[in-house]
Amino acid sequence: MSGFPTLLQREVMRFWKVAFQTLAAPVLTAVLYLLIFSHVLADHVRVYDSVPYVAFLVPGLVMMSLLQNAFANSSSSLIQAKVTGSVVFMLLPPISYVEFWAAFVLAATLRGLMVGMGVFLATLAFTGAAVAAPLWILVFGLLAGALLGTLGIIGGLWADKFDQLAGFQNFIIMPLTFLSGVFYSIHSLPPFWREVSHWNPFFYMIDGFRHGFLGVSDISPWFSLAVVGLCFALLAALTLELLRRGYKLRM
Amino acid sequence: MSSAIRVAGVTKRFGATQALAGIDLDVAKGEFFGLLGPNGAGKTTLISTLAGLARPDSGKLEVMGHDVQTDAMAARRNLGMVPQELVFDPFFSVRETLRIQSGYYGLRRNDAWIDELLANLDLAEKADANMRSLSGGMKRRVLVAQALVHKPPVIVLDEPTAGVDVELRQALWRFIRRLNTEGHTIVLTTHYLEEAEALCGRIAMMKAGRIVALDTTANLLQLFSSEATSLEAAFVRVMRQAEAGAPK
Repeated sequence: MSGFPTLLQREVMRFWKVAFQTLAAPVLTAVLYLLIFSHVLADHVRVYDSVPYVAFLVPGLVMMSLLQNAFANSSSSLIQAKVTGSVVFMLLPPISYVEFWAAFVLAATLRGLMVGMGVFLATLAFTGAAVAAPLWILVFGLLAGALLGTLGIIGGLWADKFDQLAGFQNFIIMPLTFLSGVFYSIHSLPPFWREVSHWNPFFYMIDGFRHGFLGVSDISPWFSLAVVGLCFALLAALTLELLRRGYKLRM
Repeated sequence: MSSAIRVAGVTKRFGATQALAGIDLDVAKGEFFGLLGPNGAGKTTLISTLAGLARPDSGKLEVMGHDVQTDAMAARRNLGMVPQELVFDPFFSVRETLRIQSGYYGLRRNDAWIDELLANLDLAEKADANMRSLSGGMKRRVLVAQALVHKPPVIVLDEPTAGVDVELRQALWRFIRRLNTEGHTIVLTTHYLEEAEALCGRIAMMKAGRIVALDTTANLLQLFSSEATSLEAAFVRVMRQAEAGAPK
């Protein structure tokens, strides 16, 4: 039998044992964002004609939390295992690099979805449960979790120290997330920045996800799906190659 | 001779350092084999290449007939390794750690053997304690249990008794000896030469990435019988000879 189910179970147990930090805290952070931004910006930011700002903001916050926590799960698990040396317990057994990737990505996706669901439930009090196309929500939620889980493996493999991983998170993941239309529609941006946003893959994840809630989006969800799917395929191929070579894992 | 471990022409370089400079070695099934040498001799690098943690620059390694690179999954299934560093997963208890390690090898109903390991390594009382709360010696014994959890035919112990007190060290060796008599092949590196002398049937001495002496323990002692009355004295003599013969 394969070691994959146990590695997946281990990855899920790891974040579940510290759920206060890995699940509850990010939900609280997202609710604070909602309280503050909806209060400050509701009367100043105009999005789609028929959509109140809070209803626009919630899907963005859900997706932002999902993205950040999927990345945090795989990256922090890997860097902890590398720094403490316990990664050897995963490298000695007959676990293939594909199984290794799949276990880390699935656990990261699960944590992302759990946090996203928590944020959604916590924000119901503010917006009601308007869901226009649940299938789009599911598709973009799963793809985004898997993409950031994969990116987290790259970050965890590349970083030798915790501060390097923090740099990856703060200088790549955070800016891409915040500049992707979580808090605004890119149609409200000047033409130059609107064009720049189109080069940010995170924008397509959030826009497609938002389409599932509101039934409207900046661009077609099918186009977003194509972009996100392509990005995931490229990142997955890169990560699998790094794992096959044993990049920074096997000397 | 049927080999448990076969190493042929293995080299490994880290930058300017030649960690392994052409190692050839056969360990027969059922042997209790010692790998001795000073720090930096290449023992851990050799063990790491055998376990797939490091990749050789050239040469070939096999565990129970399985090439560690081209048939890696089968080779890893046949090998259990106790790493030198005192590493542990801080999220889990001792029992969880062993269940997880067992599951990595596809063994998901292994509690009877896990209980036996816990009893033999005097860890039963700590089964539900978190790994962080254990003393150094206990963590070392959990490492041994992790290496044995899938009952591998070949067991490699890289300085397993460092930091373990005398009583527990003896209990550990009784257990390892029992595994050896049951047919497991044991490869041991240690700085306690009296341990190697008492336990190992054959010994390889390494220096600067090369094997500088390889023989039965009895022969090594006999070779140096005029000046050596113990393996320690023989070891010092071999190392001096290797140093004198080394390229300057």
